[in-house]
Amino acid sequence: MSKARAGFGVYYWVLGIGLVLSLIMSARVGAVSISFDHIGLFLKHALGFGHGDGPPTIEEQLFLQIRLPRVLLCALTGAALSVSGVLMQALFRNPIVEPGLVGTSSGAAFGAAFVFVMGRTLTGAWADILGPWLLPLFAFAGGALATWLVYRLSNVFGKVNVNTLLLAGIAVNALAAGGTGFFSYIARDPQARSIVFWNLGTLSGADWRNTSLVAVTTIAGILLALRYTKALNALMLGETEAGYLGVRTRRLKTHILFVNTLMVAVATSVVGVIAFVGLVVPHILRLLGSSDNRFLVIASALLGAILLNLADMLARIIVAPSEFPIGVLTAFAGAPVFLYLLIRANRRQQQGGFYA
Amino acid sequence: MLSIHGLRCIAGGQPVVRDITIDFAPGQLHVIVGPNGSGKSTFLKAFSGEWPIAAGEVRYDGVALSSLDKTALARRRAVMSQLPELHFPLRVEDIVLMGRYPHFSFGATRADHQICRAAMERLSITGLAGRDYLTLSGGEKQRVQFARALAQIWDAPSDGCRYLFLDEPVSSLDIYYQHELLEVVRELVREQVVLIAVLHDLNLAMQYAHRVLFLRQGLLVAEGPVPEVVKPDLIREVFQIDARLLPDPEGRRPVIVYGQTDQFPAGRG
Repeated sequence: MSKARAGFGVYYWVLGIGLVLSLIMSARVGAVSISFDHIGLFLKHALGFGHGDGPPTIEEQLFLQIRLPRVLLCALTGAALSVSGVLMQALFRNPIVEPGLVGTSSGAAFGAAFVFVMGRTLTGAWADILGPWLLPLFAFAGGALATWLVYRLSNVFGKVNVNTLLLAGIAVNALAAGGTGFFSYIARDPQARSIVFWNLGTLSGADWRNTSLVAVTTIAGILLALRYTKALNALMLGETEAGYLGVRTRRLKTHILFVNTLMVAVATSVVGVIAFVGLVVPHILRLLGSSDNRFLVIASALLGAILLNLADMLARIIVAPSEFPIGVLTAFAGAPVFLYLLIRANRRQQQGGFYA
Repeated sequence: MLSIHGLRCIAGGQPVVRDITIDFAPGQLHVIVGPNGSGKSTFLKAFSGEWPIAAGEVRYDGVALSSLDKTALARRRAVMSQLPELHFPLRVEDIVLMGRYPHFSFGATRADHQICRAAMERLSITGLAGRDYLTLSGGEKQRVQFARALAQIWDAPSDGCRYLFLDEPVSSLDIYYQHELLEVVRELVREQVVLIAVLHDLNLAMQYAHRVLFLRQGLLVAEGPVPEVVKPDLIREVFQIDARLLPDPEGRRPVIVYGQTDQFPAGRG
């Protein structure tokens, strides 16, 4: 075990350095490319070390107000989706689960679409107070409801049946997508366009306000997730066994669903639906040979941030100066991985485990 | 001491454990036997705290199960169930370390790792430490699970007993490892662990148990020291099969042979 832990340390370092590099690279490219020298200079100014001559240039403003929040939002979203993937896989005791599949994303999308279209019709004092919180709040409610529904439907007698899970996921996702479709049908044109665009995933709306909101929920979510990693490891043996090890399984499940929904729904309310990240990232890490949830949570946060940053970079490069919807990109990359896992699961079912 | 009074459990609307009252003392191996569906596993789950109790009471060292903290209980009571199903790759040593989970909050201490190594040595599975659990044979998995349970209750609490409950612990083991595991069980009994095991093989129960419980349709039919309780009449009543006890010429406990005498004609007929 001590050897294994030293091994984990190396992975954390490699991923940490990779994250810093990907952040810098991603900050550089885009409609306007910014040189490394300037990035360093702007960051120094922003942190209060020295000032440039005269007022900040347009390039500096673009970097600080648009590029930097976008890059950070992207990293945070990647981390949130990946850690949620780890949590959902541990909860459902199944490696082919991810927040998109169990309805969290589409439920959150439904809640958000509701606010896009109906938000303006809400009036009264409470609407004013809630104002900026309305979107994340409804996204959270929608995501929580959908996830809970899928979990209840697929969990029969304490055992999650993969087929029931997939079918329940399809049904709940279709229901949520139908609801979202309904709202875009009754919406006026600009609202409908924003729903469609946002359903494909977009980071172009990043600003400091929504980035800091996602930062708070993501970091809180990861810290909470770390508290549950031991219990989630025990849960791999089954609910009864976990109970024998002192885990309060019922409470654990409620808390995990809450943490997952908090991270995914708030991120989704800002960036839209980005699928398959939560599936692919933990899968890559499990190929290193361990399913220790503590390792998976930390490493998934880092790797998820890196991969989504690279995806966003690609999305901005391939059709520059316009940008490609990032959700489409992750679906192209993630769906084949999902199918591969499903085929392998079917083939190895007889042997008793997906990774047998 | 584990005291059970008037324990009753329901499964699927039917009572599967019916008003069982019994005390389990340390220093003896208690073996539960009974036909399939007689409520053995439910009974074990119920007094372990993982099956709802419809009526009655379970007390660990005089303290009611319902008022015990789950983690505190897990520090002194380990359960080895029938093989759990895993869907993820995990190293054997990581699984054994789970036995120490009730004892540390975030990171395992050096002592926890030492206990896990010692537990693996005791089950002769040190060589499996770095292997992926999913690639093991059924028998190897069973020994890993036993090592995990052993690591969980390795050190004696300052007050009260240690408890180890085993649900068919040798079902996947060959004869050699069956006896190796039951030898470890015997040592634990000598260390004053309260030991209760569900076994299918009556002959193994004959050889290792101090006391035996016969369950049928959720009822405790008979209980007592092995030589006094295990009799052909009782076996026929509980298992619906004829049996004879053959004395062991070496002077140990008798061996059970099943079937009527005329079912197996001697010679070549």
